[in-house]
Amino acid sequence: MLVIDNLKAEIDGKNILKGISLQVKEGEVHAIMGPNGSGKSTLAAVLAGREFAKVTEGTITYMGKNLFEMAAEERSRAGIFLGFQYPIEIPGVSMVNFMKTAVNEHRKYKGLEPLSASDFLKLMREKKELVEIDSKLANRSVNEGFSGGEKKKNEIFQMAMLEPKLAILDETDSGLDIDALRIVANGVNKLKRPDNSAIVITHYQRLLDYIIPDVVHVLYDGRIVKTAGRELALELEEKGYEWIRKEVEES
Amino acid sequence: MSNQAERSEQYLNFYKENIKRISESSSPYINSFREAAIEKFCQLGIPTRKNESYRYTNLDTFFNHDFKSYFLPSESDFAMAEEFRCDVTDLDAHGLVLLNGFYPTLNDKLRQLPGGIWIGSLNEASKKFSDKIEKHYGKYVNGNSDGLVHLNTAMASDGVFIWVPEGVVLKKAIQIVNLVQSDQDIFNQHRSLIIVEKNADVTLIICDHTLSPQKFLTNAVTEVYIGENAHFDIIRVQNEHNNAAKITHTFIHQERNSNASSNNITLHGGLVRNSTHHYLGGEGAECNSYGLYLADKFQHIDNFVNVDHAFPNCTSNQLFKGVLDDMATGAFNGRIYVHKDAQGTVAYQKNNNILLTDDAKMDTKPQLEIYADDVKCSHGATVGQLDDDALFYLRSRGIDKRQARLMLMFGFAHEVIQNIKVEALQERMDNLVMQRLKGELSRCASCMVKCG
Repeated sequence: MLVIDNLKAEIDGKNILKGISLQVKEGEVHAIMGPNGSGKSTLAAVLAGREFAKVTEGTITYMGKNLFEMAAEERSRAGIFLGFQYPIEIPGVSMVNFMKTAVNEHRKYKGLEPLSASDFLKLMREKKELVEIDSKLANRSVNEGFSGGEKKKNEIFQMAMLEPKLAILDETDSGLDIDALRIVANGVNKLKRPDNSAIVITHYQRLLDYIIPDVVHVLYDGRIVKTAGRELALELEEKGYEWIRKEVEES
Repeated sequence: MSNQAERSEQYLNFYKENIKRISESSSPYINSFREAAIEKFCQLGIPTRKNESYRYTNLDTFFNHDFKSYFLPSESDFAMAEEFRCDVTDLDAHGLVLLNGFYPTLNDKLRQLPGGIWIGSLNEASKKFSDKIEKHYGKYVNGNSDGLVHLNTAMASDGVFIWVPEGVVLKKAIQIVNLVQSDQDIFNQHRSLIIVEKNADVTLIICDHTLSPQKFLTNAVTEVYIGENAHFDIIRVQNEHNNAAKITHTFIHQERNSNASSNNITLHGGLVRNSTHHYLGGEGAECNSYGLYLADKFQHIDNFVNVDHAFPNCTSNQLFKGVLDDMATGAFNGRIYVHKDAQGTVAYQKNNNILLTDDAKMDTKPQLEIYADDVKCSHGATVGQLDDDALFYLRSRGIDKRQARLMLMFGFAHEVIQNIKVEALQERMDNLVMQRLKGELSRCASCMVKCG
């Protein structure tokens, strides 16, 4: 589904990603862990089409297509979803209007008619229940005045509405209390299907108690320095990132 | 004609030549103000950019133009005004049409609404309700240092009169449609007086339209009195063509515990200058002053707001927002004046602007003068572009760039629109703003008279 090959990227002339290669197959859940500043969020931004990071080398192929030739909105319509680490507040734009526009853009891409108002509201209701989001939030402006937890739940709600093939969750767990974390993780698990995939970016192992990854990667200083099964996450939790640093420096 | 003194003299001569026509249909009381007003005008002159409150607005191109003054409507004008229908069909309002500043009917110049409210021609009312006129006319513009206000007092001969007696609550809004139409370039001035007595409650919608493509200049003054514990909302929607200049001066005088809001929404206009004066003249009074302006090409839109906290424990709030495209320019000047005895004052002011091009320009100036010590005041002004992070957020959900930009601009504007309490009008404004932002709103889009 997704093939990243030797990806290098810089921000303001500073090398952030220094050659990342990664393959995500249909149905897989990958976790990317790593200390702060290792390049996790930059990787997510590059995948979603955010322009602040400049790709200097390497390729990304998504469903057989060159990802760099697709604008952010095209990537979304083709099934890539980024759950933001810091969701943006947009005063004056209602959640309903936002989601209606987005869902209908996705439908247009698939050659489907726009949803009728009543079908759309029905869809909203179903998905709201799925992620246990407060009904009232949907009537408000996008993320405006939402608590940290509400914002993250809102990301998962949007994901539920858009049903992506590849979800990239950028530190969706940070700042959440255990209840909110469980709700967010449950949402992700309920949306899991055999034909869609996820990349879960996290600093902590905690989230991986709820979302079970098939593969765990450790990103350190712009490179993937370790790839293993779920047990790697547990090891990191126990030992911290210090031993990784030592290993990298020794080699 | 650029010489100031010459120009003032030109208006003085014009006044002398026409004073008979100007005053013949007005009451003696209204006429009694004219002589002093023209003198005052001659002292002050047409405001120039040397005048602090007109620093960013150049009136020359309009005031140097040779306009024909419009004094009395003809019968064909009346027929035209009859044809006009506002297309906000859900808007259930008591309507009133002004043509070039005149109340264009021969009969029925004043009519009564439920609850004993009177609406109609100011001229007519000055004869019928001389006690009301003598109590309020000319009182709230008193001491103003804008020459154009005095020019209006000297030369305006008609306009709208509304009197809402004590305790009367009018559920339906009153709508005034200001039409400007002529086959000549005209300068028109009108004068309105609105009296909302103690415990009364009324909403007024004013729509400014131009119906023919000639060059127009309008200088309008509205005086509003709001009695104790009364409630008043005024919403002004401006949709004039690029060859028209609209200068409005609105003076809102509030008594104790009254509540007033003003909302100036400018969708189109060559040169627009709205000055809104709020006088909080009794303890516990509250006012909200809103404005939204959307400008493109060479349009210029200037909002001047003056909030006068004369008594303790009053609250005021200003929110003005603008989107400027192409080479459009805008100005905002928000003054808050807190008198020495006005303890417990709460006063807020916010002006946010989005510039869509490098050539668009906005000047914004807060002006706070505070002489009391127990005061809560805040002000903030921003001039910037659309938020890149927000744009990316929308795009990352599949919404293309153009639509994402539109949504952001609309959301930005909606913060002002949402303060309109008349639901049908709020929806209509949302639609008009969306059309305007898409570039689909022509100047006559909301008018049934298709004059081309």
